[in-house]
Amino acid sequence: MPALVLLGIFMIYPIIWSLWMSFQVGRGMQFSFGGLTNIIRLTQDPIFIRALTNTLIFLAVQVPIMLVLALLFANALNNPNIWGRGIFRTAIFLPCVTSLVAYSVTFKSMFASDGVINQMLLGLHVISSPIPWLADPFWAKVVVISAITWRWTGYNMIFYLAAMQNIDKSIYEAAKIDGVPAWARFWYITVPMLKPVILFTAVISTIGTLQLFDEPNLLTSGGPSDSTLTLSMYIYNLSFRFMPSFGYAATVSYVIVVLVAILSFLQFLAARDRRA
Amino acid sequence: MSNPLALIGRTATYLALSLAAFVSVFPFFWMIIGSTNTNADLIRGKSTFGDALWRNIEVFFASADMPRVFFNSIFIAGVGTILTLLVSSLAGYGFEMFRSRFREKLFGGLLLMLSIPFAALMIPLFILMANLKLMNTYQAIILPSVASIFIVFYFRQATKAFPHELRDAARIDGLKEWQIFLYVYMPVMRSTYAAATIIVFMSHWNNYLWPLIVLQTNDMKTLPLVVATLSQGYSPDFAVVMVGSIFATLPTLIIFFLLQRQFVQGMLGAVK
Repeated sequence: MPALVLLGIFMIYPIIWSLWMSFQVGRGMQFSFGGLTNIIRLTQDPIFIRALTNTLIFLAVQVPIMLVLALLFANALNNPNIWGRGIFRTAIFLPCVTSLVAYSVTFKSMFASDGVINQMLLGLHVISSPIPWLADPFWAKVVVISAITWRWTGYNMIFYLAAMQNIDKSIYEAAKIDGVPAWARFWYITVPMLKPVILFTAVISTIGTLQLFDEPNLLTSGGPSDSTLTLSMYIYNLSFRFMPSFGYAATVSYVIVVLVAILSFLQFLAARDRRA
Repeated sequence: MSNPLALIGRTATYLALSLAAFVSVFPFFWMIIGSTNTNADLIRGKSTFGDALWRNIEVFFASADMPRVFFNSIFIAGVGTILTLLVSSLAGYGFEMFRSRFREKLFGGLLLMLSIPFAALMIPLFILMANLKLMNTYQAIILPSVASIFIVFYFRQATKAFPHELRDAARIDGLKEWQIFLYVYMPVMRSTYAAATIIVFMSHWNNYLWPLIVLQTNDMKTLPLVVATLSQGYSPDFAVVMVGSIFATLPTLIIFFLLQRQFVQGMLGAVK
């Protein structure tokens, strides 16, 4: 019961309030009812379009890469014949115990224009001149995506590993005796058995990426020229950095809610389809 | 069975795992190396130990009222973790153990709320805290995350494996419900609590956006806020920032290694 009361105060009440606020216009604490003004403003706001596009790019590129990597690593580490499983598992999981701020600033220093990443790439002759990681719109996105992938792949891997240990070993033994090759055992046994967990991680990662704030804020502050600005950062800027415009910020935040709802629904549909 | 194809597969697996492990661990190595060098060396990408560690630590501790900052962080994360575990596990336990007509509907509603992003709650919560006159207080930081839907969900899943006979036996022995929870349920679910402790402690300790909004004076700042401030500006002293990053990472690292064994077990129970 106390949990429900707290949830009521700190979740449901703000949700309803922000829905109401998204129809308010005005600055600071002065509000008046504005009807659809905010929604019309959305469609004409180039910064909003920018933030929305960036967020969707992060989502479309990062989540699939991360989940596939996590799945492959989990599968490799689930094999009892792999030497050093414990060490690999701990190493790959390690990034998710760092603080978001700590790893963001570490990445910022590593990707400095004459920082260690450029030095290594130059040393290996992969590139011939330093890449301006954080000053170029394209590479800044790459850095943000690498950073999030670094931080969260191990986290998802643990979910998959835990789920894999619940799969009955005799299924694999039977398949092995029937001469089913390893990749087919992975694709036709492991993946389907993990479907609920994969769906779960996909939804959680989607929600997480749509709310992305800490990393771009610390790595690039949204720059250069808004190329890594995310929806959450825009909401933050609208509410707390410029002249407060809470009503409009609330409207932008409902864009995230709607996106989460649509994408989660699509993911559920996709999962159901493949099962049938 | 050992055909050349399998050998290539094995080699590729080891290569990929080694690369992943290297990439995973390298930033930690970099953090440690960086904290021992001067800022100029660090920016140049020097990757051997330097001798500027003491200077960097001194500058870091001079940059803010550090004892106070550490106290703030530890207090918020400690109290926050205990409250979250207590409240959310009680809710998870309740959802699984007590049958009522609205149980599944209520739970479904909760799961739906899991998908409401924090950005949508940020502004109303901010105004709520301002109206309650809680701005810039510990309560303002801790309270909104005490009832975590994710942890409620996690405990409910794990409770499915809890033997109901144990509870029935305890009832026959005349234990009250709260005693059953305290003396029977909690000890049995030890590994679930361990895994949840890691997740919850990390989320409180690492929290950045919400404290950034709610905390306004320097004497209330938490470690992540201080490290973030140090890293901003045109030419931050990264060597000092690395010292701060190490301090910000160490507690979660220690908790993880202490609870690692139970952690994997606890996750196992929850994804069944």
